[in-house]
Amino acid sequence: MKIILNNRHETFGHDQLTINQLLEIKKFTFKMLVVKVNGELVRRHEFDQVSVKDGDDVMVLHLVTGG
Amino acid sequence: MSFTRALEIGNYLKKFTVGIAGCGGLGSNCAVALARAGVGKLVIADYDIVTIHNLNRQYYFHDQIGRLKVHALRENIQRINPETVVKAFDLKLCTSDVVDLFSRCDVIVEAFDKAEMKYMIIETVLDKMPGKPIIVGDGMAGWGNTAQLGCRKSDNLIVCGDEHSEVNEDCPVLAPRVGIVAHMQANEVLDILLRDFVPGSV
Repeated sequence: MKIILNNRHETFGHDQLTINQLLEIKKFTFKMLVVKVNGELVRRHEFDQVSVKDGDDVMVLHLVTGG
Repeated sequence: MSFTRALEIGNYLKKFTVGIAGCGGLGSNCAVALARAGVGKLVIADYDIVTIHNLNRQYYFHDQIGRLKVHALRENIQRINPETVVKAFDLKLCTSDVVDLFSRCDVIVEAFDKAEMKYMIIETVLDKMPGKPIIVGDGMAGWGNTAQLGCRKSDNLIVCGDEHSEVNEDCPVLAPRVGIVAHMQANEVLDILLRDFVPGSV
């Protein structure tokens, strides 16, 4: 499948991936992540249920302390 | 001429309200920039007091040490622009406070320190206030690397910062970088508020 991840085109050898699988493949291991798929927020407890499919627009935002 | 236009923009901005969640390095500097620009009303919230360790980057003065940040910031803003209405809330924000305090604001500025708090307000705004613009400050510890500070948008969520420089013992938050990000946030607020501004019509 081809998706847009953080404004970049990326290709994966899977038909679909759960958010957790995607984060694992991309090595996004940070604790505080905001994930949006096609503009919709995906809550943390849904990371194993919600899947990313071909054509999806995915935002993964890593929140860091400081301000 | 540019004088007139700045005045015109200031008059136009009077009708808007901006919510600022947190009054540290991001919030205090962002609030001051918005007050200078002429935003009519600021809703500010923080539970902390001013300490000497805040003065390296936050918009407070030495003689304000020990005072509530929200009260000291209101005073500083009113010394700059007495026309700015400042609603100051001395509290540690939770989800229901975010909705109560900020649902009537035109734009919300996330200016917390802790990543967990940043997550809380983003989730609350996206979930409970769909369409409300929220401008987040994310990643600004350290110094240098100016060109890494950027801004990206996903619908009503706008993120300013480098998205990775986390504060720690060796990498403190310092005035220049947090000031840049605070002003990027203020700049994005103006970009939203001035969307329908037509020069010469006020």
